[in-house]
Amino acid sequence: MVTLNVNGKPRDIDVADDTPLLWTLRDVLNMTGTKFGCGQGLCGACTIHIDGQPARSCITPVSTAVGKRITTIEAIGATPAGKKVQAAWLALDVPQCGYCQSGQIMSATALLAATPRPSDADIDSAMAGNICRCGTYPRIRAAIRKAAGIAEKEA
Amino acid sequence: MNARDLASPSRRRFVTATAALGGGLLLGFGLPVRGEVRDTLTTNAPFAPNAFLRIDRAGKVTFVSPMIEMGQGTYTSLPMLVAEELEVDVDRVAVEHAPADDKVYANPLIGIQMTGASTAIRGMYVPLRRAGATARVMLVAAAAQRWKVDPATCRAENGAVVHAATGRRLGYGALVDAAAKLPVPEKVALKEPAAFRLVGKAHRRLDTSGKVNGSARFGIDTRLPGMKFAVLAQSPVFGGKLASIDEAKAKAVPGVTQVVRLDDAVAVVANHTWAAKQGLAAAAPQWDAGPNAKVSMTDIVGQLARAAEKPGAVARNDGDAARAIAGAAKRIDAVYEQPFLAHATMEPMNCTVHLTTDGCDIWVGTQVPGLTQAAMMKLTGLKREQVRIHNHLLGGGFGRRLEFDGTVRAVQIAQHVRGPVQVIWPREEDIQHDMYRPYYYDRVTAGVDAQGKAVAWSHRITGSSIVARYIPASIKNGVDPDAVESSANLPYGFPDIHVDWVRQEPPSGIQTTWWRGVGVTRGTFVVESFVDELAASAKHDPLAYRIAFLDKNPRARAVLQLAAERSGWGKPLPAGQGRGIALCTGFGSFIGQVVQVSVGKDGAVSPVHVWCAVDCGLQVNPDTIRAQMESGIIFGLSAALFGEITIKDGRVEQTNFGDYRVLRISEAPRIDVHLVNSTEAPGGIGEPGTSCVMPALTNAIFAATGRRIRKLPVGDQARVA
Repeated sequence: MVTLNVNGKPRDIDVADDTPLLWTLRDVLNMTGTKFGCGQGLCGACTIHIDGQPARSCITPVSTAVGKRITTIEAIGATPAGKKVQAAWLALDVPQCGYCQSGQIMSATALLAATPRPSDADIDSAMAGNICRCGTYPRIRAAIRKAAGIAEKEA
Repeated sequence: MNARDLASPSRRRFVTATAALGGGLLLGFGLPVRGEVRDTLTTNAPFAPNAFLRIDRAGKVTFVSPMIEMGQGTYTSLPMLVAEELEVDVDRVAVEHAPADDKVYANPLIGIQMTGASTAIRGMYVPLRRAGATARVMLVAAAAQRWKVDPATCRAENGAVVHAATGRRLGYGALVDAAAKLPVPEKVALKEPAAFRLVGKAHRRLDTSGKVNGSARFGIDTRLPGMKFAVLAQSPVFGGKLASIDEAKAKAVPGVTQVVRLDDAVAVVANHTWAAKQGLAAAAPQWDAGPNAKVSMTDIVGQLARAAEKPGAVARNDGDAARAIAGAAKRIDAVYEQPFLAHATMEPMNCTVHLTTDGCDIWVGTQVPGLTQAAMMKLTGLKREQVRIHNHLLGGGFGRRLEFDGTVRAVQIAQHVRGPVQVIWPREEDIQHDMYRPYYYDRVTAGVDAQGKAVAWSHRITGSSIVARYIPASIKNGVDPDAVESSANLPYGFPDIHVDWVRQEPPSGIQTTWWRGVGVTRGTFVVESFVDELAASAKHDPLAYRIAFLDKNPRARAVLQLAAERSGWGKPLPAGQGRGIALCTGFGSFIGQVVQVSVGKDGAVSPVHVWCAVDCGLQVNPDTIRAQMESGIIFGLSAALFGEITIKDGRVEQTNFGDYRVLRISEAPRIDVHLVNSTEAPGGIGEPGTSCVMPALTNAIFAATGRRIRKLPVGDQARVA
């Protein structure tokens, strides 16, 4: 039995120490906003925050998160950066199928929380771990700039 | 009249329980919420004039969508068509996944309930407007009856009927009971496009809210009381069988409840996915490889090359191409090869099943609910009304979810499990047991005159036939219409044309299926590559060379010219860069693209910028068209640059996103989309963007380096030896 702090609430969970946070969130706590994509930290669909830092929950055992703050897509809108990111995502209609977008938003929020005015290179670097098969990359770039208050360049 | 749609008590309990569970319901945080997407559980609305519409006493409109949303924007563009004629605010329309029904919810262009082939708007443009108009006419009639006035003196606006002369107004909710008693009119007048207030104007997607706060539900997000989780392994060698497993070791893993052995697969069932995965690893399944133990790409490609030597079924024969080629000033030959491709949808294959003695509930995201239902009736022996398909948002389709093999597996497993079970394919399983885009082997020959102008064109396509397996009735005169798409009906007016097709299937067990752009993707790559070769051989500008053969195809000419113009076609570029152009005509749309590529000294290929001109006829939601072009371009670039499934010793060599590479944001080009205004019939937009970009990219690599890419993917072929 471990106690995790998930979105500000203590949760007692009975899983083996090596169980990844992904399956703990999805299957034990029924918090399905965090997505399974690859199971190897290759696609970013499962991105969450641990003490504000982005982490791939599919390769993060619960034992390493004990005593830390876990934030998921379900609560990221309560943070200032997360709220701005979600609003920009809505304004530019970023998602298509939407499956990877929880992870995209968690990565983008972590970027903006640390770097409020990211360069294009900062954006590409922070988001390169998040795959989108629908190809929403152009809109992700634009939405991050919008959330950061950076004016769009002329076409 | 809607008994089929009414929830049985058990279904209602499930859905209520599903909604009550989980942390996905923390909506909003003050963000605007548009739209609502629901499970297949139609509210018992008093007014249901047709299969697509329900209006309740509060005036709430529910659109039961015959097509499923998989990212293509259907859950916005289809409600727009209904709302246009119904005169309601589209942002307030709730969208519900249709239940399985191949008759009521048939795609008019295909004949069954299917989301695919870029047909949603083309098929539903008239039927959904008619559905909305029918409801509106009945609501207006109900109001006129109540007021005892001529319906012609009333009009509908913003969810209400208005009698202008007296200033009376009744919301639709107040009229539904009376409207439901009226006869359904057989004919209703539809708006002229000039009168559209929604169609043709960019509208925000209705499904975005749930997709930014984690509340959107995909099949994999199904949660039911007492549900178990199963992880699956199938024979790594195609056609192999399960030999043995260590069941005791699997069961020793805490949380594992059961091991299910199938003939050619095994599943470990547990209280959560991780325990199931650990249990499967502990079970260490052993396999009998079977007849394909030594099959490799050399065998598969060798079979295709040999098959391509012999004449095939003739798909087109204008004039006498063979004779014209023999008599031409010069003959040019090329062979193009396109690999097996996986779909790699972000949501891996999964399906949740609850099988009892009196029914089978299936929670899955599918492009074919009706076909899935029929197949599961066969598998379980249950009746139609006992097999209930609860469709979901798809975490990517691209053709993968036109197949129900994942549901078959899940039901086979559920036949051994008490209570509901969610079956998940690990990503490795998803890649290694996909049904693949066929490997195609194309031989093309042209005869050209002294100036290099093509006088004859001969093209033989060799590959597997998806149509022969999936819709055999569509094979006409021995020709698979998909396999010869964009080749038999290529856009260029060459004088003599011969196109034939040879069917050659891969070894049994390797299954092929639809992929984004299907035949158009295959055909466009070959035709646009070879036309580019002819232009290069003639030392002509690739744009001008194409235009010369497009006299009778003004829409194709216009998109090519527009893309070229926007790209700065003809202006000098830095060393190592090049522009490539391509044309795609398919799905009723016309796409012209220019790709600007940079090739490093090490041969690394970077697409820098893509210009895309689209004429898809009448536009319903222009922003969706832009989004689908961006999407198609990124998808096509992934495939053209990296995409390849290879087989060695009867098994797929790729496993996950590490070795089945897809484009990442840091590799994505800038994309400019230019829409052409048109009043022609609407065309499809989900797929052609993918088809067009692949040859535009390889033509750009040729322009930059002089290297002609005839075999995809590009990989390291641009590396100078």
